[in-house]
Amino acid sequence: MKASRTGPAVIVLLGALYFVLPLVATFEFSLSMLRSIWSFEAYRVVFADPQFRTTFSFSVIAALATIVLGALLVVPTAYWVRLRFAKLRPLVEFITLLPLVIPPIVLVFGYIRLYNSSSWLPFTNSAGGTNLLLVFGYVVLSLPYMFRAVDTGMAAIDIRTLTEAAESLGAKRSTILFRVILPNVRAAVLSGAFLTFAIVIGEFVLASLLNRPAFGPYLALIGANRAYEPAALAMIAFAITWACMGLLQVFASGPPGRPRSGRSLFKLARRAAR
Amino acid sequence: MGAAIDAGTAGAAHNDTDAAPSRRPARSFAWLGLAPFFGFAILFLIGPTLYLVAGAFQDRNGAFTFDNILGLFTPQIMAAYAISIQVSLASAALGALIGFFLAHAIVHGRLPAWIRPTVVTFSGVASNFAGIPLAFAFLATLGRLGLVTLFLKEAAGVNIYALGFNLLSFWGLTITYLYFQIPLMVLIVTPALDGLKGEWREAASVLGATRWQYWRMVALPVLAPSILGCFLLLFANSFGAIATAYALTGSSLNIVPILLYAQIRGDVLYNPNLGYALAFGMIVITGCSNLLYLWLRSRAERWQR
Repeated sequence: MKASRTGPAVIVLLGALYFVLPLVATFEFSLSMLRSIWSFEAYRVVFADPQFRTTFSFSVIAALATIVLGALLVVPTAYWVRLRFAKLRPLVEFITLLPLVIPPIVLVFGYIRLYNSSSWLPFTNSAGGTNLLLVFGYVVLSLPYMFRAVDTGMAAIDIRTLTEAAESLGAKRSTILFRVILPNVRAAVLSGAFLTFAIVIGEFVLASLLNRPAFGPYLALIGANRAYEPAALAMIAFAITWACMGLLQVFASGPPGRPRSGRSLFKLARRAAR
Repeated sequence: MGAAIDAGTAGAAHNDTDAAPSRRPARSFAWLGLAPFFGFAILFLIGPTLYLVAGAFQDRNGAFTFDNILGLFTPQIMAAYAISIQVSLASAALGALIGFFLAHAIVHGRLPAWIRPTVVTFSGVASNFAGIPLAFAFLATLGRLGLVTLFLKEAAGVNIYALGFNLLSFWGLTITYLYFQIPLMVLIVTPALDGLKGEWREAASVLGATRWQYWRMVALPVLAPSILGCFLLLFANSFGAIATAYALTGSSLNIVPILLYAQIRGDVLYNPNLGYALAFGMIVITGCSNLLYLWLRSRAERWQR
């Protein structure tokens, strides 16, 4: 029953080939905009495009707003559930996992019908309202990752003792949340934040159907009309994803969270902008 | 955002009284701390979904009807569901199979120590590298002018497009989806493979089992719920995916999310309530596979302690 090492090595090599080839091909393609020489011309064109800059900054701001709003929603909830409503935890966890069950396109379809200009809460009446609705939608998409990260982080610290210690020193609840609990789950919030950033930055369906000038719809537009710029944009997107995941691992493996919290997040890490 | 903070302080007011057990009735305000979360979930997650589900069973005037659900059984919509399910099945089955072998190779393959963390980290990145950029990458690889296409034509004399391959087709989409399906399988199944205890293999060996018998009678029965569960997760994962397919094929491959996208954009089915039914069908399919996944995972965890 002795296993040989050749089989596994061949499998890993073939896997590496499948995963590296598209990257090599995309990079090569992105360099060949000028005839017969390799150049970074496609990248220069992309970076010089004012539409690239506006859509990219729009998506960066949307991602940051999503992270702040998501953290403000998830941290107090996870804290309060652990402290007072342990019985409700399965329900809250179930709700945070629902965005993995309901496809994003279905979710945004519901938004469009429920919050259109003739409804009781006409979000889509103004650009600002639609932006807000978009960010709310992104908070929903990031819920599974954010809640799981923060909840795992809270499991690693003794929130009850911390809360009682702060209370006996006369701290108000908001002080406890923002100056005691939040700093202690900072690593967890950050790892959730990087995953959220990776998801939001290239998101297509919500932004496109809500008609927002985000990076995702811009990518689709360029893809339909240009030859070499899409390859350059794909390399840029890959670099951003890589950076987010790298930072996620750095923060997920650092104290005080459990080292495994990053892994379990990876498991959930998916459904990005598909 | 303001609501979350308000609710936090509302909870604080409550907790001050909690210190004195005699004033327990104040407990009734503690739920306010959860109000922002449940309010948000109802407004932006559950409400919109239920609205669509309800709409799937209503006619234009709001009366109850099964017509929309029956309306799904037309050739056009059934074809969309069929191709969606086929692509999801193929990419989930291949992703699960290849991902399993890859995970097994890095866990039990006795390869150099750096291989495993490298593969796992890359899987974390690749499982998130999806959407439109992934479509661009595969167009540059296997498109008509892609690197691999040209290489095969020039170096090996094989024109894959003349042989009937097309990236903008069922197999093209499946191969592209595998780029995030395989890494996802590796990430989920690696812990399960870690749970295969060396003692079991040794015990089987001592009892005279062959390698095949060990796999068939020990390892696979233990791993089966994990593998099947991952398969269902991968299935739901690709079933709801749209951006990659949209950027890759435009509307030439009529999968359900793309049909729904067109319906939302311009009511291509000429019946808004039929659109709700289309969305309802998607929820039912991804919901069923996710529920089955959760059930299988709870069974699989018994062996991972």
